[in-house]
Amino acid sequence: MKLRMTLLATLLIFLLALVACSGDGGANTSDTPDDDATETDAGENEDTEAEEATAAGDQVLVFARGGDSESLDPGSTTDGESSRVTHQVLEGLLTFEKDSFELLPGLAHDWEVSDDGLSYTFYLEEGVTFHDGTDFNAEAVKTNFERWADPDHEYAFSDDGYVYSMYGTMFGGYKGEEGHVIEEINVVNDHEIEFILNQPLGFFLQNLGMSYFAITSPAALEEYGPEINENPVGTGPFKFVSWTKDDSIVLEKFEDYRVDGLPKLDRVIFEVIPDNAARLIALRSGEVDIMDGLNPDDAEGVEAEEGLELLTRSENNVGYLGFNTQSEPLDNVEVRHAINYAIDKEAIADALYAGYATTAKNPLPPGYLGYNDDVEAYEYDPDKAIELLAEAGFEDGLEIELWTMPVARPYMPDPETVAQIVQNNLEDVGVTANIVREEWAPYLEKTSQGEHQLYMLGWSGTNGDPDYFLSSLLHGSNIGSSNREFYQNDEVDELLDAAKRAIDQDERADLYAQAQELISEDSPMVTLVHSTPVMATTSNVQNYVPHPSTSESLAEVELTE
Amino acid sequence: MVTYILRRLLMLIPVLIGMTLITFSIVHLIPGNPAQVILGETATADAIANLEKTMGLNEPYFVQYWNYILDILQGDLGTSLRSKAEISSEILPYIAATFELTLFAMIFAIVVGVNAGIISAWKQNSWFDLAAMLIALIGVSMPVFWLALMEQWIFAQELGWLPAYGRQDSKDPIAAITHLYVLDSLIHLDFARAGTILKHLILPSIALGTIPMAIIARMTRSSMLEVMKSDYIRTVRAKGSGQFLVIYKHALKNAMIPVITVIGLQTGVLLGGAILTETIFSWPGVGRYVYEAINYRDYPVIQSGILVIAFIFVMINLVVDILYKKLDPRIKY
Repeated sequence: MKLRMTLLATLLIFLLALVACSGDGGANTSDTPDDDATETDAGENEDTEAEEATAAGDQVLVFARGGDSESLDPGSTTDGESSRVTHQVLEGLLTFEKDSFELLPGLAHDWEVSDDGLSYTFYLEEGVTFHDGTDFNAEAVKTNFERWADPDHEYAFSDDGYVYSMYGTMFGGYKGEEGHVIEEINVVNDHEIEFILNQPLGFFLQNLGMSYFAITSPAALEEYGPEINENPVGTGPFKFVSWTKDDSIVLEKFEDYRVDGLPKLDRVIFEVIPDNAARLIALRSGEVDIMDGLNPDDAEGVEAEEGLELLTRSENNVGYLGFNTQSEPLDNVEVRHAINYAIDKEAIADALYAGYATTAKNPLPPGYLGYNDDVEAYEYDPDKAIELLAEAGFEDGLEIELWTMPVARPYMPDPETVAQIVQNNLEDVGVTANIVREEWAPYLEKTSQGEHQLYMLGWSGTNGDPDYFLSSLLHGSNIGSSNREFYQNDEVDELLDAAKRAIDQDERADLYAQAQELISEDSPMVTLVHSTPVMATTSNVQNYVPHPSTSESLAEVELTE
Repeated sequence: MVTYILRRLLMLIPVLIGMTLITFSIVHLIPGNPAQVILGETATADAIANLEKTMGLNEPYFVQYWNYILDILQGDLGTSLRSKAEISSEILPYIAATFELTLFAMIFAIVVGVNAGIISAWKQNSWFDLAAMLIALIGVSMPVFWLALMEQWIFAQELGWLPAYGRQDSKDPIAAITHLYVLDSLIHLDFARAGTILKHLILPSIALGTIPMAIIARMTRSSMLEVMKSDYIRTVRAKGSGQFLVIYKHALKNAMIPVITVIGLQTGVLLGGAILTETIFSWPGVGRYVYEAINYRDYPVIQSGILVIAFIFVMINLVVDILYKKLDPRIKY
């Protein structure tokens, strides 16, 4: 009998609760047009939270992002969500300027390059300790580089599936391979280290600024072994505390950080909130302080909203429409020019990024070394396109395949819409584009084997060097892999090779500028847009500057009330 | 009873073998070379070949399958390609997170659903019956992601009563023991924290529990109505029992058999990972685990994750079967 009564009581309570909830829900829905009332609500919340935080004497910043890190061992990952976190914990020899790829000293306060560009000497900061208390020195640097270069190194953990692909890409391969540029690494003394190259590499220093080449404590490599990917130990402003997968990563202030007065935050928490809309709600309700990956369509609302700030990252990618330049009729440069004139890039930028993108005239993002602003853009001009097609002998129009990317990427957030715009644009000039769909892996495979005609793809920068864009996409030696244009222009190849070998950055800039001029004339691709990803913070976040690489230091960030 | 359970267990063996075959095949039928996908559009041919070798993808399918079965029999679910960690230990916090959410969602669904169903049957065609069944109909038809976003918008953003996402206050994380955070905070005797964690459970539990709640309510009502028409209920009435006793003491037990089936199935579905709810509330559950693995083509995690989910589902069916026997000893298989 007692049990029955309890049941009845529970039932009543739940029913009451249900009625109460639905009542409130209803009332509130009708209230929501009343913006003033709701904003005060949100404001009050933030205030109480901020008070609580200061009461505890702690500056705790919550950074919300869409996906979890893959690994916290920077060398063995190529994932931006990973380096975003490791960049706080570990440091490299060099680093980048806050909002560009300009080089700044990191763990090396100074460096010298020999005239032949084959020897680099770095002078390391003294008195720096890793988070585990061991000393940072030249030996530690050497251990890290050897670990990445040599699959047989005791800390390479190859048997556990560790691959240092970023190292392989950036330094031309691994130990013993042809093309691997680092010949040897000499420890001169504790605070001086020398890298001997077997061929000059114009972006060697640029590579060292990348967060993927940050230095891990050798003692920690010994201690954690293959579990180093869950236990990062570096010299950075924040120490690693804990990681709950697909949930949160907690970092705390490293008291002995080598720069006095930094970091300003006591704790940083990286939270995973996969849904963009939910992430924005969490920001508005004051549960998080910074959110990455704002929908461009929400940007306007955030900008107008009191208590929130809208931020943009500078361009570091390119979305493009590539031609297979060895497949008829796209092997005809006039046809390629015609298609270039036929595409309305502005429309694509507006439709896809709500205007948070700049139309592209070079494969290289603006702001990059050697970006050639004198290259004349192919302005949207359907009449000219028709004229050019007629000159090329296609006055009756032509039919081509348009390969559409099956997945969204930051440089191409909505490939289907782009495909439709392109298809319509081409229709207007008498070109029938038949959309071809493939799964992602076959898409990449088949386009690198040349089974395609017109296709969509993009590229994102990592080390901030033009070589990574221009050589990968358009150097003849990359036909069959990342040169899906099958573009072969010996003059361009020579320029790119010379720029890769040159040490003088002005000389390199000049060579790349010339290459862009030729590329634009040959028109192996329709460069569409460079997107500027948008993000939002609450107004009490100070000194936060988004970096184009997506990894920015939070050392100087602080929270005001 | 023991032979009954043993027989049910024996029947599981072919089911389990079938499951491993299916999970194994599905993964290999997805188009594309997994090594290419993992390494992305910038991969070199060498890197792809190397990765194929480390992953054992160059072995014949049969050998890959056989190795997989041998490992499973030894309790080895493989190693994640993404995190390089043992899946058998890595998956536990995810299962705990899903379990906790499922538990609260099902408590909500059962308490509200069963009782709403009973009252609807009791007061058939009353305004309550009509309202409850209308709500149930809406509940079954409502897209979960929409309900979840509406909850967040109203209760987190506008009213600020409840947290919008996650399992706990992110600024003050718990030292996890069992990864069932409510239990953990009770072990720590930290009741304030338990309160915070319960608050985090409310919105996702309601979002996740709404569909089961609606199904349970409808099922309870129709089953109850049927039982109420049976002879033994008339006899009980004739003996002079009050309506409340008739329903809760005599009718409920028989009416519950089809409801238990639904509860079992729904629990299984929820434990299999409610990917939409888990995504919107950033709940690091087993559905998210497998979903992320699919994005990354983390073959071992896809295989083992689905296997574990299927295993849990099968186990819950077993429990349901045993419960049948308890509720109605006449049931035989």
